[in-house]
Amino acid sequence: MSPLDHDDHDVLGGLMRQSLDHCVKCTICETFCPVSNVTPLFPGPKYAGPQAERFRTPAEESPDTSLDYCSGCGICTQVCPQGVHIAEINSQARSRLRQRTGVPLRDQLIARPDVIGMLGRPAAPLANRTLRSPLLRRAAERAIGLDRRAPVPDVAGRTFQAWARKHRSPPAARRVAYFHGCGANWYEPDSGRRTVELLEHLGVQVLVPRGQRCCGLPLQSNGLFDPARSYAKRMARRLAPAARAGIDIVGTATSCTLMLKREAREILGLEDDPPLREVSDHMYDICEYLMMLHDRGELRTDFGPLPMTVTYHAPCQQQGHGIGKPALDLLALVPELRVVESTSLCCGIAGTYGLKDEKYDIAMDVGAGLFAQVANTHSDLVVCDSETCRWHIEHATGVPAVHPIELLHRAAGLG
Amino acid sequence: MSHHDVVVVGAGLAGLVAAVRLAEAGASVLVLAKGVGATHLSPCTIDVLGYDPEPVERPLEAVARLIAARPDHPYAVAGPAGVADAIAWFTGCFEDGPLAPYGYVGDGAENHVLPTALGAPRPSAVVPESMAAGDLRGGGEICVVGFRTLKDFYPLLMADNLDRLDGVHARGIELDLAAEGRADANALGVARALEAPAFRAELVAQLAGRLGADERVALPAVLGIADPHGVWTELQEHLGRPVFEVPTLPPSVAGMRVYATLTERLRRAGGRLILNVVVTGADRSGGARVTAVRARVGLRDVVHGADWVVLATGGFASGGLELDSRWTVRETALGLPVVGVPTPGAERFHPAYFDEHPIGRAGVAVDGEGRPLEPGGGVAMDNVRVAGATLAGAEPWREKSGDGLSLATGFRAAGSIMAALGVGAGATAGTGG
Repeated sequence: MSPLDHDDHDVLGGLMRQSLDHCVKCTICETFCPVSNVTPLFPGPKYAGPQAERFRTPAEESPDTSLDYCSGCGICTQVCPQGVHIAEINSQARSRLRQRTGVPLRDQLIARPDVIGMLGRPAAPLANRTLRSPLLRRAAERAIGLDRRAPVPDVAGRTFQAWARKHRSPPAARRVAYFHGCGANWYEPDSGRRTVELLEHLGVQVLVPRGQRCCGLPLQSNGLFDPARSYAKRMARRLAPAARAGIDIVGTATSCTLMLKREAREILGLEDDPPLREVSDHMYDICEYLMMLHDRGELRTDFGPLPMTVTYHAPCQQQGHGIGKPALDLLALVPELRVVESTSLCCGIAGTYGLKDEKYDIAMDVGAGLFAQVANTHSDLVVCDSETCRWHIEHATGVPAVHPIELLHRAAGLG
Repeated sequence: MSHHDVVVVGAGLAGLVAAVRLAEAGASVLVLAKGVGATHLSPCTIDVLGYDPEPVERPLEAVARLIAARPDHPYAVAGPAGVADAIAWFTGCFEDGPLAPYGYVGDGAENHVLPTALGAPRPSAVVPESMAAGDLRGGGEICVVGFRTLKDFYPLLMADNLDRLDGVHARGIELDLAAEGRADANALGVARALEAPAFRAELVAQLAGRLGADERVALPAVLGIADPHGVWTELQEHLGRPVFEVPTLPPSVAGMRVYATLTERLRRAGGRLILNVVVTGADRSGGARVTAVRARVGLRDVVHGADWVVLATGGFASGGLELDSRWTVRETALGLPVVGVPTPGAERFHPAYFDEHPIGRAGVAVDGEGRPLEPGGGVAMDNVRVAGATLAGAEPWREKSGDGLSLATGFRAAGSIMAALGVGAGATAGTGG
């Protein structure tokens, strides 16, 4: 039975919905919610979550649509001392809400980054020029509500997969499968290449499973659960052979690794999909993986100096892994690199949230503290594990933003 | 598997105090917690000892008497000198903390007597600077100011009760001043509104000409999150009189300030905090030494290596202790023995809330170092220290000792480990018990 089936409220990813009964309304989640901190349009995770969920019944759906303003950052779940899966409950409720109210064309589009990449790639320069045209952006804002100011990445002329097909990774005792995500494949193929080069430098053979598409996270965030399920399952089938062979899977898109590690099983109710389960058990955020090597004394640490100041921002989705901030420990291995830790919980973008014209200002307000910190510390770079966060932070601060792996690549003297 | 000098389990007051003290002494510290702790739920006044059972005027002296009378009380682990040291350390945390010059006042020699939101007098030893002017010991005239939209604070009710106290004259004013345009707001919403100068100016304007010459002003504890000292002093200045905060129902804005101060100190000292991690057990090296803690993170089991462990997961209310319908009691993180639970079928509770309940002192028993004990008296885990509401022997809701116990035993747990590690001032501080 589908988790969205109203005839049985107990199946939502197993115990997910039941956890709302552990809510004691302590309001801790409210004090941390980055969205309700800056706008009254979202009444906060306690109100929209466990409290409102009790009134969202099969017979009568709640008329309250404020849940649409939840960005899905997941911080409420992280801070809850009672183990209530607030963000997950809200994600499922948002999907039901959108089944009822309909999903706008805009959200259907931006939830499919691989389709955009696929359509844009053959004529990348033209597509990028068009996407940057103020005239077209204004038209797109009027027509579909994509905020004209929101950052959209350039589509690359050549995909990472195309590069990887021609690349031979030298055999090594340690092997990983690289889950590159849409960001590296369609928009930042050089970052994917550098990831491979760094891993090889560190003595790891890198396999790149063919045919990787989108993991389904943006669809899930936009409430499109049915296509999200088929995307997640398809992605899992691509990666499962590696997992079955006992090969760990590493990803550089931290939200996407979290999706396949946990969220697709919990939120989409794919707990019983065997390939997904195998992939989930072997999935690591790349910094998590490198720190595991380091903890075992197996990480090469002869990094060269990088005399610069950077701000490291751990994305909210990275914090959802529950692994701390391994990027900070890795960057500490680089001589002369001064790393300022962001004290903000969220940059605001939350995947596709801040691209929407009714939410763009909220996303900018959520990130205001981070943007000020980047400016005040005169950072040369921002370092962040998620591509949409990097694009948003770059857009807001004018300071280039890179994945932690890029700095390690540089410090390893690889480029 | 990661490895740290110390893994602290729990991110309430006891856990954070232990973690910050250890990290600042140079230990590598990892805090694992299911979520944020009780700072956000408590007034975050440090009530060292409020009743014994009569109202306590001089808490440190009363703590010494309590320890003499009840050597199994957790204050015995800290000792009177240890409690005083912990208080001095705590107030010092604010002096160069991220919210400075916002700070705490009191050294434990005397209790303040502060009004609750219901207008009842409440003894408390160490209190936010912005609450101190509420002290009722000198009596005086008080105007309680509330917000019609703040559903958790009723100024007329509070004033009515306060006015019944000897020497206190009180009245209430309810302002029609809405926070953030929301129909109803909690303390957090009003505190966020008060971050804006325009909202503060409106508050002052609405009170203009309505205050008596000798009245001081009580407000709910909502005077600022990022800069509480600035908001509080500005209101005092513009209203031309002492202003004080009164603790509210959760979320506790004063507690948010404590959490912000301690977690930022932890971060600056290189300590790490991971939330949404449920500790489920410990690995041992044959004997009574723990080598690692096991935890559930999302759908995955993880192991964190540690030379030392501080257990500060709270009591029954926080899920640190559990009692099920079959009378099975357990300490949920490490599986330590729990003492003080009546045998199956025996009476656990008396009818009145403030009675001394048979189950009231249940918890984990410890030795003078804070090490958990087996029922027979032997040490259960040699390199574990227990702190806070998990400890057996106290009845914080009757004693008004909760945050004092968390502070003193968290401080003491750190001191015991620092002495063993040979770092910081641990060898000399907190040697009581």
